[in-house]
Amino acid sequence: MANDRLLLDIQDLSIHYEVEDGTVRAVEGLDLRLGYGETLGFVGETGAGKTTTALGIMRLVPSPPGRVVKGEIIFEGEDLLKKSEAEMRSVRGGKIAMIFQDPMTSLNPVITVDRQIAEMVALHQDVNEKEALERAVEMLALVGIRPERAKDYPHQFSGGMKQRVVIAIALACDPALLIADEPTTALDVTIQAQVLELMKDLKRKLKTSMIMITHDLGIVAETCDKVAIMYAGRVVEYAEKRHLFLNPVHPYTQGLFNSLPDLDEDQEELKTIPGLMPDPTNLPSGCPFHPRCGHAGPQCATESPAMVEVEPGHLVACPVRGRKGDKP
Amino acid sequence: MNGRPLVDVRHLKKYFKTPRGMLHAVDDVSFSIARGETLGLVGESGCGKSTLGRAMIRLLDVTGGEVWFDGDDILTYSEASMKALRKRVQIVFQDPYSCLNPRLSVAELIAEPLIVNKIFRTRPEMNARIKELMDTVGLAERLFGAYPHELDGGRRQRIGIARSLALEPEFIVLDEPVSALDVCIQAQILNLLNNLKKEFGYTYVFISHNLSVVKHVSDRIAVMYLGKMVELAGSRTIFQDPLHPYTQALLSAIPLPKMDVVRDRIILEGDVPSPIEPPEGCRFAGRCRYRQELCRTKTPELRDIDPGHAVACHFARNLSQGEASK
Repeated sequence: MANDRLLLDIQDLSIHYEVEDGTVRAVEGLDLRLGYGETLGFVGETGAGKTTTALGIMRLVPSPPGRVVKGEIIFEGEDLLKKSEAEMRSVRGGKIAMIFQDPMTSLNPVITVDRQIAEMVALHQDVNEKEALERAVEMLALVGIRPERAKDYPHQFSGGMKQRVVIAIALACDPALLIADEPTTALDVTIQAQVLELMKDLKRKLKTSMIMITHDLGIVAETCDKVAIMYAGRVVEYAEKRHLFLNPVHPYTQGLFNSLPDLDEDQEELKTIPGLMPDPTNLPSGCPFHPRCGHAGPQCATESPAMVEVEPGHLVACPVRGRKGDKP
Repeated sequence: MNGRPLVDVRHLKKYFKTPRGMLHAVDDVSFSIARGETLGLVGESGCGKSTLGRAMIRLLDVTGGEVWFDGDDILTYSEASMKALRKRVQIVFQDPYSCLNPRLSVAELIAEPLIVNKIFRTRPEMNARIKELMDTVGLAERLFGAYPHELDGGRRQRIGIARSLALEPEFIVLDEPVSALDVCIQAQILNLLNNLKKEFGYTYVFISHNLSVVKHVSDRIAVMYLGKMVELAGSRTIFQDPLHPYTQALLSAIPLPKMDVVRDRIILEGDVPSPIEPPEGCRFAGRCRYRQELCRTKTPELRDIDPGHAVACHFARNLSQGEASK
């Protein structure tokens, strides 16, 4: 079922890794939607499946051991999972670009930065080398790097500047969707502020849709329109940012907020979620969060919760807390 | 503060020799810590906070200065006196994945300090102590024989904490103890550290780049920039009334997980300059929007602006747009 107002519509996606100890259910029955021009915050802890989902969209899940078991990834009305490898190659970097966490390792250390950007342009657009290099300098200017630095090598740049170069590469072909995987996690807080400001600014100018993968709810509050909270391979809550921050409904989302020390208030003790993330090779039955959940009832151990709309556009996968018509 | 501070650091310097000149990692830093207090040490990569944490307990040889611990200058200590002191002073490291020997079990890891210091004569006595320590830090007894690779980051960090507590220290340097952990696990470890402090009266230095974490655990907070301490005050004061322009920018840069917060964000230009052979004057002057002529020529001392609130800025409380905006 394709919705033409959506740029990206992921339905019932499951991605598993076959390993010695069994099957890692990294992504399990995931639904996710992204409208044109929207920024979606994709939040979860280590091992929740955020990066696997992003790699799934790019069709870059390493196989073996990884395998897309089921689902659809409808992008601009077409299922990416049905595309050939050649078609995917033009999608990657062209229509969908990705920024990785560590700018230190995503640049080639022996090629000047303008050539690294031009490489991307030449691959996707019908231009000669000179035009591609000109485009590279334009892109550098766009991310705030002066043209005289175009011939420098990555090691001559600081961490924040390298991440700017990575952003320039990602945006060089004017992608419809930008997936940013923890783009500022490796940066210091004042440099992070610079990069986030730049990304917000570019989004306004270029109208690119974006998936911002992060574990930091502060970054979501600042940069995103919508938020998806992920736990053990599935989305447990999805809402407009305002709804999610003012009325978090899923017990896991609430636990996540409670774990954060508050800058404005003095707290004696942080409220923690008991227990640990489940072993992805051996997920609990029913709702994967039920063994750690204070609200769990008997049905939670047996029934896999469906997404329920608790207010317009605010979906929660919890039969106890997320009943239709209940005041969140 | 009543009586003598437990730790008194005076004009501490730690320089590293590099091919391009002297790297001033910690440059003339003075402060004291009362018994039972937690001092938070914050700053960005390369500001010298970890070097300071290590130098003040002599895990590094210092270039100059004094560190008084409970009335003695420990920098003058012989090796034998240092060994005795090490029981009273401990450190917990950032990365619970690399600071534990993967070939030792949980029990062996916790036993190590007890064996090195010959605390117990018999194995059963020692095992009882190990179990007691595991209980203190919240490790289930069934993990006695487990190996680090079988455990998640939070449990590994609990082992690191148990090791540091084994010799019943008075003073513990916590160097980014929760930075490698997810927020839920981070909250569990922060609660543990707070409870331990309440129960045993430890004195902590808590080093972190995460300001909300530091605020949660600290009584006072020191902000560092390029080897210098630029501001030192009670943790509430730092957040409500930051006086150094760097502290102001640092605080305004934290993304808050809240709606409807209106803030005047200060975006700093450029990057932190090199700590190698830094020029005279204020280290922050190059990025400061309030800088004046004086900031380029004279290094500001850390001085009390209010009682208990020290700032290293010539113009603290008198900031006005400087040459940068002209």
